[in-house]
Amino acid sequence: MFSYLVRRLFLMLVTLFGISIVIFFLLRIVPGNIVDILFAAAGYVDPADKANLEKELGIDQPLIVQYWHWIGGLLRGDFGYSYVSEKPALQEILPRIPITARLAGLALLFSASIGIPLGVISAVKQGTKLDYALRVVSLSGLSLPSFWLGLLILTASVAMFGQMPIFNPNPQTWLEAFATYAVPAAAVGFRSAALTMRITRSSMLEVLRQDYIRTARAKGASDAAVNYHHALKNAILPVITVIGIEAAFLIGGLIVTETVFNIPGVARFLVEAIRWRDYPIVQNLVMFIAVVVVFANFTVDMLYAVFDPRIRYTD
Amino acid sequence: MRSVRALAATAALSLLAFSTIALAGEPKQGGILRMYHRDSPANASILEGATYSINVPFMGVFNNLVIYDQHIAQNSPETVRPELAESWSWSGDNKKLTFKLRQGVKWHDGKPFTSADVKCTFDLLMGKSQQKLRQNPRKAWYNEVNDVAPNGDFEVSFDLKRPQPSLLAMLASGYTPIYPCHVSPADMRTHPVGTGPFKFVEFKANESIKLTRNPDYWKKGLPYLDGIEYTIITNRSTAILAFVAGKFDMTFPTHITIPLLKDIKSQAPNAICAVEPTNVSTNIIVNSASPPFDNIDIRRAMAMALDRKAFVDILFEGQADIGGTMLPPPQGIWGMPKDKLETIPGYGPNVNASREEAKKLMQKAGYGPDKHLAVKVSTRNLAEYRDPAVILIDQLKSIYIDGELDVVETANWFPKVARKDYMLGLNLTGNSVDDPDQSFYENYSCGSERNYTNYCNKEIEKLFDVQSQEIEIGKRKQLVWDIDKKLQEDVARPIIFHARAGTCWQPYVKGITIMSNSSYNGFRYEDVWIDK
Repeated sequence: MFSYLVRRLFLMLVTLFGISIVIFFLLRIVPGNIVDILFAAAGYVDPADKANLEKELGIDQPLIVQYWHWIGGLLRGDFGYSYVSEKPALQEILPRIPITARLAGLALLFSASIGIPLGVISAVKQGTKLDYALRVVSLSGLSLPSFWLGLLILTASVAMFGQMPIFNPNPQTWLEAFATYAVPAAAVGFRSAALTMRITRSSMLEVLRQDYIRTARAKGASDAAVNYHHALKNAILPVITVIGIEAAFLIGGLIVTETVFNIPGVARFLVEAIRWRDYPIVQNLVMFIAVVVVFANFTVDMLYAVFDPRIRYTD
Repeated sequence: MRSVRALAATAALSLLAFSTIALAGEPKQGGILRMYHRDSPANASILEGATYSINVPFMGVFNNLVIYDQHIAQNSPETVRPELAESWSWSGDNKKLTFKLRQGVKWHDGKPFTSADVKCTFDLLMGKSQQKLRQNPRKAWYNEVNDVAPNGDFEVSFDLKRPQPSLLAMLASGYTPIYPCHVSPADMRTHPVGTGPFKFVEFKANESIKLTRNPDYWKKGLPYLDGIEYTIITNRSTAILAFVAGKFDMTFPTHITIPLLKDIKSQAPNAICAVEPTNVSTNIIVNSASPPFDNIDIRRAMAMALDRKAFVDILFEGQADIGGTMLPPPQGIWGMPKDKLETIPGYGPNVNASREEAKKLMQKAGYGPDKHLAVKVSTRNLAEYRDPAVILIDQLKSIYIDGELDVVETANWFPKVARKDYMLGLNLTGNSVDDPDQSFYENYSCGSERNYTNYCNKEIEKLFDVQSQEIEIGKRKQLVWDIDKKLQEDVARPIIFHARAGTCWQPYVKGITIMSNSSYNGFRYEDVWIDK
């Protein structure tokens, strides 16, 4: 087990190194840099001014040198300065991480707490009206884009309550604090919940046809015990995999949701940074996301062993 | 007796009512003005910016030497008011402009304001100082200024190479705040220090900008507001919904399109909304250096095929203006009158007749029903660019030109245009000051960095100088109209329309004036107040 862990950690480091190269060079392939954008906003291009600014920001240097500066800085804990705000990149990124983490965590919680029970119910009640209704809900969850759902929620809130659940950095009441995160989390988690529900349903249907389930029923086990203790435990592995993958893909949904609900999180900040070609912010943020995804995958692998005792990571 | 009592009661009630009305009209101190901001500006330095995204939140931090009257919608030479300068005077030969400066004014950090700060500011703008602005988009405004010389601590003179009455207009723009000598341009980008009614508190990129009342403001009793908070909301739908829900006291200025204005009025009927020209023209840039648009006939045919009213009706429900380079009257000071405008080919009321003429020109150039000219119409990937470009492509079909839309990302738009890597482009040109010098020299003079089409006509350039030196406004207007007419006839950069946009605020916000011929000059907000 120990050597497996060491091997996995080593592979994670190699993956992150590869990602750093991809991020760095992909970003440079995208046409235009911060200087182009600043001068585009000014509506004129003065070659001398541009050259001065490129020199000041260090983007006139060869790409290898720039990459070395970045990676060397990362290893020393120096994340560089934002080209736009001229503040340390870490100072810009760190306050935004908890906001997105809370939102993502709530969205995943929403996804699991809604998706898994409804998926089980849908499987157990297969072919009934309830099953059809739940399948319609899950299909609509997969079909509705999260930005549209977000705008719909905002419009409905204003039309029905005259209130709007957009981000409030200093909530006065617990309800306001809850609305700050819960409503956007539901908007972004709805799609994920729908997917979880469908996977849970299909996995449960497969398990419910197994001999050991019939045996459990023959032994007189209650429906709840059969469904949740015997069946769900065996059906949960694909669901965990999907939730793990969804955790990685969530960032895409969060970009839109953070924009619609005006949440100053990492995802929206990343888009703005890309728009400005703010390399230090984009590189460090994407690396951070890559670390999260790599660790999420690692955690999912570890959870397999927890949920299925037959799985053992041996040397 | 009863009648006397009734009379007294009526009188008392009348007095009460009168005093209530009077009180409602009296400005009140206090309150935070909450406004959303349409995007996250690159920095806080107005001198380095070229977008009103910087002017709106940060103009309140500063003062100018002179400023356009903040309560007269139309900026004009008559509405220039003293600010950090108490008065100004021109020398007899109109080549020296002297300002007497206000005494006792302090920067937000407590240091005194003097003529040295004025010199530092203009040395920065003219590129003469040791310290440099990271960007200096309005350096050309001061091409005719030899030097800015302090005469003691509270007087400063601008020495000009030749008379230029427009200098005062440029000094009155929101783009010309006075910066402190003792703060570096780099610090001004992140933590601006001014003498204005509001002090900078914080700017969190993509989140918010906060200003607080300057208790030591040199205009006693002002500002009325305790502060201004701008929440950055890049999604227009979210921002407008938030305004409708009462989260904001005011929309971002001139951010509401005409169709969206209807939504606001239906969902928030009490909101006060104003629609004004933005002094941003939508125009066509033509690469006349290479075929096929090196042929003047094709350029003229294209200009004559435009149905400007259709653009205005489709995009603005009729609420936009047709004109030449200068913003048309009544909001524009220098725009051609309608009768003169309609004498320019393509501006007449009969579009079909104009298109028939255009077809003849195209046939002369070798194109016709059987041989269409294929062109790429390049434009920036923003709705206000894309939408008119699509209409343009449709209209060009009427004269055998098949356009293909080439959408260019913002970061690449100006480098592409500067490289002349386009055939035909649809562009937007904003004018921060309604003044011919700013517009003509910037967009049409030979060698100007913003002359994207490389239009160069030495004869007309001489006329630029003649109008620029003309002191008498009536005479100057005639010169400007002739130049503008010539520019349109030369198809230098055919103007399609001048846009209008809306601004809304809640009824309890008082003292807001939306400028009608510039989107850059009206955001001091020192006497805006909240009647709650």
